[in-house]
Amino acid sequence: MSAPSSALRAAVVAAIGVGSLAGLSACGGKEASTAGAGAITVEASDDACKLSATSAPAGNVTFDVTNKGTKVTEFYLYGQADKVIGEVENIGPGLSRKLTVQVPAAGKYTTACKPGMTGDGIRGDFTVTGGAGGANQSNQRLDQAVQSYRQYLVAQTGALVQQTSGFVAAVKAGNAEQAKVLYAPARQPYERIEPVAEKFEDLDGAIDARESDVKQGEQFSGFHRLEKDLWTTGLRPDSGAVADKLLADVQELDRQVKTFDLTPVDLPNGAKELLDEVATKKVTGEEETFSHTDLWDFRANVDGSKAALDPLRAVVRERDAALLSTVDERFAAVDKLLDQYKVGDGYRGYTELSQDQVKQLSSAVDALSEPLSKVSGVVAQP
Amino acid sequence: MSEAGTRVSRRRLFGLAGAGAALAGAGVAGGMAADRVVPAASTTDTAANAVPFHGANQAGIVTPAQDRLHFVSFDVTTTSRNDLVDLLREWTRAAERMAAGQEATEHGAVGGPAEAPPEDTGEALGLPASSLTLTVGFGPSLFDQRFGLADRRPPALIDLPAFAKDALDPARCGGDLCVQACANDPQVAVHAIRNLARIGFGAVTVRWSQLGFGRTSTTSRSQSTPRNLFGFKDGTNNIKAEDTDALRQHVWVQPGDGPDWMTGGSYLVARRIRMHIETWDRTRLSEQEEIIGRQKGSGAAHGQAGEFDPVDLHVHGEGGKPLIADDAHIRLASAESLGGVRILRRGYNFVDGSDGLGHLDAGLFFIAFNRDPRSQFVPMQQALAEKDAMMEYIQHTGSAIYACPPGVRPGGFWGDTLFH
Repeated sequence: MSAPSSALRAAVVAAIGVGSLAGLSACGGKEASTAGAGAITVEASDDACKLSATSAPAGNVTFDVTNKGTKVTEFYLYGQADKVIGEVENIGPGLSRKLTVQVPAAGKYTTACKPGMTGDGIRGDFTVTGGAGGANQSNQRLDQAVQSYRQYLVAQTGALVQQTSGFVAAVKAGNAEQAKVLYAPARQPYERIEPVAEKFEDLDGAIDARESDVKQGEQFSGFHRLEKDLWTTGLRPDSGAVADKLLADVQELDRQVKTFDLTPVDLPNGAKELLDEVATKKVTGEEETFSHTDLWDFRANVDGSKAALDPLRAVVRERDAALLSTVDERFAAVDKLLDQYKVGDGYRGYTELSQDQVKQLSSAVDALSEPLSKVSGVVAQP
Repeated sequence: MSEAGTRVSRRRLFGLAGAGAALAGAGVAGGMAADRVVPAASTTDTAANAVPFHGANQAGIVTPAQDRLHFVSFDVTTTSRNDLVDLLREWTRAAERMAAGQEATEHGAVGGPAEAPPEDTGEALGLPASSLTLTVGFGPSLFDQRFGLADRRPPALIDLPAFAKDALDPARCGGDLCVQACANDPQVAVHAIRNLARIGFGAVTVRWSQLGFGRTSTTSRSQSTPRNLFGFKDGTNNIKAEDTDALRQHVWVQPGDGPDWMTGGSYLVARRIRMHIETWDRTRLSEQEEIIGRQKGSGAAHGQAGEFDPVDLHVHGEGGKPLIADDAHIRLASAESLGGVRILRRGYNFVDGSDGLGHLDAGLFFIAFNRDPRSQFVPMQQALAEKDAMMEYIQHTGSAIYACPPGVRPGGFWGDTLFH
């Protein structure tokens, strides 16, 4: 409650550093200097983009943008490969607007003013110094982990397309019995990569929205609409069209995942988020309201969580072996509980579980999630 | 600190004392004051309002009853005795810190890496210690075969018998472990329990928990008597911290009472008592006073003038009728009626929302500490359950008993006498 934050202390130290750097550059008398504690001013005109400083220490960087031109303009700070770090748009002639961006990593950045708000704009180099930067960008092992997880993602969306095709074919053939058998397995690849799939907001909504998620005026579509048809109402005249759309959407997801931007910390965060999914949607039995196949999803979430952790094992073992072994033990405990409910290749209906059994599952997931949530901090260590 | 002749509340006085401490400490704190997340004034009385954690007995029993409660009962899920002991150690370290007004762990809510979840949950940042006490207890179920403790179960740690008119909800009963968090700020109490529960994931799971918003007992002569939700002063005749002989006789487990590990400890009985306050509120004042045996305004027992005038159960009024009725609460609960038995009460008012039938789900979360429940709580509750006129307005909906070990010495941990 009273311990001073080390992050804030670090910020103070950084500020002192800035002061001395600014002093040095003043001696050098060069026009472009490092930003002091205040904002970097940006004069945006129709043909120029003039910054009061072209470098800043890592941390919060503030740009004070004034439009001195005649066209509405906007200002961008880009990272590598034009990744938007921050932007402020719609600055009318004569107006000023402020952009504060958090730039934790040192490195090369690009600024741009866009008079008329089109095109690449008037660009300039921008350098960020200090901070946690460089080190974690260049950690080869972590990059390999990301590569390896990307392969997993692509394999899962591939499987999703394949399994969904079979499911969709059964729906379209009016073979409800067959479709019911194929429903839960078809969803599993999706559930294994759910945190990534959810980043594609529109697709996720179309593929996986539950009836209660659908906004008024929007159509209830995707897996859960067909789930309702199959288990509650029977197939309806538009079920085939819904199924076609579902297949098109998972194919689109499969395409988009291949170029999805991932960082090392996304892996442990994804592993943790998959268990959050279990804790808030599966344990409560609200994911599969009609089919009660929640345990299939549960299994897939846990598998996906493991898969996101796997590429990082070597790094985590080296930095915190005890944490890894705790996580492994608790994964095993969850597995053992889930196995109790196995029937053939699948799982018992969720509504067959007693309140005590649900509590057991919930406790086991909590027990796993807590240490697993610590992995991201370990991975992010410089 | 006397309250006589002044309108300044104790709370206010505490605040002023804190401010003084703040000024005195300013010179030292100045170096890091600039980057504090919180205004300096609110953190500086941290030490002033801290209750010492270590001692021969656990804090939170005779500590002047704080205003707020968060009580939690846990089931142990690990089957490893070592894991359980490790948890108790880790809990003790966190409890020591929080009782001193610090965050639960070293790096706290914002001092760790940005890519890791914060170690402390953060809602108590900037809040003083608020007299937080954390008191641990071990339930009868902990002494089964799992941890090799079966032969260490004190005979006094009984399974409570069924009492007349009990309406117990299994989901509000029992548990392997409990932690009682009391503080003068509800956020501080909840923060403490939340962080202990978080530390416990994988070893324990929350079985039930209860919030209390107002104390219903005084455990020190420095405190004024609060009122329960029936509107009556409660705890007038409680055992007080200053009554050291009575504490020895009725509260602290003495050498030779049972296994040595409990010496200096006490047995905690918790009962969630639902009060049917709506029907109570429709009851005539004279009937309310008859049921309790005291006057509602002053708190004086019938036949007496002042709240603290000794109760006389033998005063009769018109027609030779006893002024304190045969089924009056204070008669049945009195030491005189129970062969000298007394307990230390430390209960809290609660309102857990509403019951869906248009009534508040309100009542008293009764907490009692006693040296041996077999001769103290049990006979008292048997008498009350069978005869107390108040039973018409209350229902016991939750129940638990725990053995609270003696206090922790510096470097020790909760229950170390049991596990050694």
